[in-house]
Formats: sequence, structure tokens, C-alpha cells
Amino acid sequence: MPVMFFMTTMGLYLVGTTSFLAYLLRRSEALSKVSLGVTALGFLFHTLALGSRMMASGQVPLTSFHEAMTFFSWALILVFLVVEIRQRIHVLGSFILPLALISLLSAAALPKEVPTLQPAVGTVWVHVTLSMLGTVGFAVAFVAGLMYLIQDGLLKSKRFNVLYAKLPPLDYLDHLNQQSIVFGFPLLTLGIIAGAISGVFAKGALLSWNPEQTWALVTWVFYFVVLIGRITVGWRAKRAAYLTIIGFAGVVLTFIGVVLKSHGPVT
Amino acid sequence: MDTIIVVGLSHKTAPVELRERLAVPESRLGEALCRLCSYPAIREGLLLSTCNRVEVYAVVEEVEAGYASVQEFLADSHMSLSSEELTPHLYWYTGDRAISHLFRVAASLDSMIVGEPQILGQLKDAFEVALAHKTSDVILNKIVKKGISVAKRVRTETRISDTAVSVSYAAVELAKKIFSNLSEKTVLLVGAGEMAKLAARHLMNQGVHRVMISTRNPHNAVDLANRFNGVSIPFEDFRREMGEADIVLCSTGASHYLIHAEDVQRAIRQRMNRPIFLIDISVPRNIDPSVKDIDNAFLFDIDDLELHIENNREERRREAAKAERMIEDEVVVALQWLKSLEVTPTIVALRQRAEDIKRGELEKTLGRLANLSPQERSLVEGLASAIVNKLLHGPLVALKQEAHASSSAMFIEAARRFFNLDDATGSEAADDARESGRRAEAARPDVPVPAVDYADREGTTGEPDPGSQR
Repeated sequence: MPVMFFMTTMGLYLVGTTSFLAYLLRRSEALSKVSLGVTALGFLFHTLALGSRMMASGQVPLTSFHEAMTFFSWALILVFLVVEIRQRIHVLGSFILPLALISLLSAAALPKEVPTLQPAVGTVWVHVTLSMLGTVGFAVAFVAGLMYLIQDGLLKSKRFNVLYAKLPPLDYLDHLNQQSIVFGFPLLTLGIIAGAISGVFAKGALLSWNPEQTWALVTWVFYFVVLIGRITVGWRAKRAAYLTIIGFAGVVLTFIGVVLKSHGPVT
Repeated sequence: MDTIIVVGLSHKTAPVELRERLAVPESRLGEALCRLCSYPAIREGLLLSTCNRVEVYAVVEEVEAGYASVQEFLADSHMSLSSEELTPHLYWYTGDRAISHLFRVAASLDSMIVGEPQILGQLKDAFEVALAHKTSDVILNKIVKKGISVAKRVRTETRISDTAVSVSYAAVELAKKIFSNLSEKTVLLVGAGEMAKLAARHLMNQGVHRVMISTRNPHNAVDLANRFNGVSIPFEDFRREMGEADIVLCSTGASHYLIHAEDVQRAIRQRMNRPIFLIDISVPRNIDPSVKDIDNAFLFDIDDLELHIENNREERRREAAKAERMIEDEVVVALQWLKSLEVTPTIVALRQRAEDIKRGELEKTLGRLANLSPQERSLVEGLASAIVNKLLHGPLVALKQEAHASSSAMFIEAARRFFNLDDATGSEAADDARESGRRAEAARPDVPVPAVDYADREGTTGEPDPGSQR
């Protein structure tokens, strides 16, 4: 059952992505409704997939990378739907849907079996949930930064095309960028703390200074500096957009590194 | 049979020299309408006179006689005009083409600037005058109201009026692509060029909360500051104050650059990298073009604004095609209604209606009186028929008598309403319901739609003026 829900979700997100990308390039607004409908339906199946997996395994489905990526994708769509309902920025879907689809596809490529946990790391899902939610914040910041740079470029080069017409105002994107980091940063901080506590229980050490832990800390410091820079010396607008794109690239690299290394349950 | 005709001329067929001679000032519109309707061929009349068009809409029985009367009326309206001079510039439409023309005019598809919103208001005014002088009756009332509702539909369902077609309004549109909320923004107006002032006015209408003004002549600045409810800044200081401004509008007569890259760089530093939007409407330009290479500074000159408008015009053309299709459909509906106003179909419908009611009631009653003898049954049926026929006799005779009178449309419309004839055909009833719904909507006080409200008067710039229909 969970697998069927999972596949349906993937199919719907694929349709949603295609239709949202077409929406971006077409003058008509009609496609936004279709795209949104498909996305909402996909989200429903996604929720069912997560729920049924939880029922089947009897534990919070957040212990393997497969589950972490599935959850990431789910939370990303959730955030998109919330922003969409409140602010009607359809074009956000054209950027977030592909990202959600990619993370779901990479989840599909990872082993699906439920890892059997040692009792000591039974709370590892707290660490994964918080870190993933933090990452969702950074992903939205990344998308906002990307949209900012595109709109900035279109305005500078005076290309008043369909994309220009559909992208929201620059200061909205900058604000979205800031809010996403403000939302993501504390969650990542808590996630890292939760991870460290789990580490103490599992291995008796706060940090083992393995590459992924080191990278996670580097990411944390990076976003901390970005946040402080914005408040104190005005690292906003174009610079903030660049920085959040670089930051997110770092996050993605950490993920890939960790996955390649362990290829299985969280260590 | 009554037919709608339109005879008139517009910016497409007549030069302004002719249009201005024919134009009827608002104060004399009523008088002109009464003169129009004094022609025996004219049953109903409406006169639409704006600076881009003078048109007579009329309901006539004989099309040719109607055409002749309207032409005579137009030629008589100005002493120096002769029919020969006028004729080559006139267009003549009848029936469906006349209705279609009215709908297109109302929806601003025939305007000099397609999609400009003034014409609808002008049509409403003209209709008010016709109503006040009782020159508009059943047919024109219905068709003009329909035209107004079609125009509203076009405006809400297409994006024909959604985009700017004037330079000063394009500045607002661009500002909205940089700032999501103009109400917290500050505008710096450098120089007192007409277009910059207009753009500043538009920005204020969009809620910009603070205006700073700097002109070479300090008296001018103070004067403008009073008018815009802003503050004046000495001309030698405006570069230093630029950091406070989110939007800089520059249009002076200076022949050199007034704002250099260093000035903008300093402003952006002061603003902690918040974007600044600079519009240079002066020719020769007053802002160094190299400013556009500075991060977070967005500089647009007059050509960029023109480019923006050109894109909007294309959009309007696309939307106009959509509107044309909507109008075609609406003309069909209007024609159906007109057809229903003929006597014969009304009589048929009335008889049918009575017959239906009679049969229905008989079935109900006879069903309950199962023990009647055949003779008694036929008596009951006879009673029902007699009542129905006696009741219908009066209305049917009146309808036949009035068939050729000038008030026939009114009689027929009344008969259709009294006997609920249009309820029988579902589509028309639905259409009427929709219509009255829209009318209720129209009754709300008109909230100014910001995106539509760009009644620029940019006469000095040579730009076509969207508000020039009057």
C-alpha cells in the first residue's frame, strides 16, 4: 500500500512539475489552477504514503535517507501550499515542484527497507525531522534567491517577457528569502543539537568529527553568517540571493556525500 | 418591424476638424435628442458624442427612412455642414451589425486606445440623458444595458485594460515589479517635467506615502511640494538625500548628467543595499547610463518605458481578439431577444402557455374526480377552456391591434412579463437572471480600479491620450 501511494504521488508531482513549467512560459493563467489541483492531490497521496508507512512499520518513518528525502519533499510541498494559499504566488510552484520531484526521485533511488534501530537511537527521528524542516527553509530561500536573480536580470536587461510578468516583485522575493532562513536556521540548530544528544547516547561522544558532521556545522556557520550579515551590514537583495544559492548547494553536497558514504540508515 | 440602426463617424473615419464641429456639448445633449426623436421615422434614439466619435443609435421601422432622418439630423446640427460633406465620413449599420458596433464601442474595442476605460462611462452618461428625456424605450434600454454589461464582462474576463499604455503609468508598473508595497515608499522628484509629475501623481494614487521634490528654481519646488503634500529639498542637496528615496523620478531641462554613478553608489550604501528605482524621463538624459551596471540600482530611461508599453499593447491586441469572440456570442443573444419582441411568436407563446396551464389543472382536478360521467367530464373541460379563452381574448386583441403601432415593443414586452412567457425557454430566463445579477453589481458605487485608472493627459509629450474620448 505505501508503495502504491508513493508511486501515485511521484506520478502526480511529475504532472504538476510539467504543468507548472508550462505555466511559466505560457501567457495564460488557466494552467495555474490545473497545476495547483494536481499538486494538492499529489500532496494528499504523499501524506497517505507517509501515514501508511508509519502504520506498517510502527515507528515514525524518519530513520533512513529514503524516508528523510520523502519527508523533505512532503514538507516542501506543504510550505508551498501554505504560501500559495496565503499569497497566491503561483509561479513559486514552477520552482518548488521540480525540487520536490527531484528529492522524491532520489528517495526512490535509495533503499526502502525500514532500518531496525538500536534502542539508543530510537529518538533519531527528532534529529532528522528538525534538520529536514530546517533544510526546507533553506530550499525555499534558494528558490527565492533563484527567482530574485532571474527577475533582477530581466529588469536590468529590460526584457519584459512572460517570465518577467509572472515573477513577483523583487522585494517580495528578498523578503521570502529572509523569512525562509529565519524559519530554517533555528530548526537546523535544534536538529544539530538533537543529533548531538543522540550521538552521546549512541556512541558516548557529542561529535565524532566525521565529514558529514563537519559539513553540517560548516553549513550552520554559513547560514549564521548570512543571517547576521543581513541584519548588520545589509547583505540583502542580490548578495543574499547569491549567498543562499551557494548555501543550498553546500547542503545538497553534504547530502550526497553522506548518502554515498553510508548508503543506508542514518549512522 | 422595429430595427436598430447606427449612423455616425469616429476617429477612424473622420478628421478632428469634422468631429469637433459635430460634437454636441453635454449641456445641449437633451435638446439634440428631442430634435432627433421629432423625426417621424425615429422611434427611439440615443446620441453618443465624445471627442473621438459622434454616433446616433436609433430604433426605426423603415431602415432607409431612418438613415435619411439621422443623416439630416446630423447635417442640421451644425450650420456650416452640408450632407455632401458629411456622407463620405459616415458609417451605417443595421440590425446585428448595429448591435455588434454598440457592443464593440462599449467594450472599448473601437477606441483610439483599445481598452481605455472612459468610453463606458461616456456611454452610460449618454444613456442617462436618453432615459431622462424618454427617448430610449424598451429596445434601446435593453440593448444599451446589455452593451454595458458586455463591456463589464470584457473588462473583468479579459486583461484588455489591465496594463499601462502611457509612459507615466508604465513607471508605476515597473515600480510594482521592484516593490511589492508602494505605500511605505518615498519618491524623489527631480525637476518639474510634465511626465515626471504625472508619474509622481500615479505613484501617489498607488499609496506612496512620501514625496520629496527638488527643482533648480526653489520657488517651484516649494510650490510643487504644497501641491503634492511633500517636502522640498534644495537642488544642491538632492544627491545626498537620494539614499532616502526608493524611487527617483528625474526630468529636468538640463543638458548634462545630474546623477552620476558615484551618487547612486553612495545612495545604495546608505540604503544598506535596498534596491533603488530610477526613472529618467528627460531628453537629453539626466542620469548617467552607467548607473544601470550598479547592483540593486534599476535605471529606466524613456526608451525602456516605451518598450514596456509596446509589450502591453501587444497584450491588449491579444485580449481584444478574445473580447471580439465574447461580443459575437452576446450579439446572438441580443438578436434572440429582439426576435421575441415580434407579435406573432408572442401570440403563439401566449396561447401555448394558457393551454399548458389549462391542461395541467384539468389533469389534476379530473384525477381527483374519478366518478364523473363522460358528460360531466366534458362540461368541466369546457368550463376550463371558456375561462382561459375569455381571459386571453383582451390581451390577444390588444396585441394584434398594437402590432404596427410605435409602442408595440412595449406592449409585447409587457405581455411577455405578465404571462411569464420567457420563463418557458430556460436559456433566456437564465440570461435575464444573469443580467439582473450584473445590474445589481453595477449598482454598487464604482470603486476606482487602480490599474485601470490612468487618465493621462500627456498632451505635451505627444503621447496618445487614453482619456481623450471626451
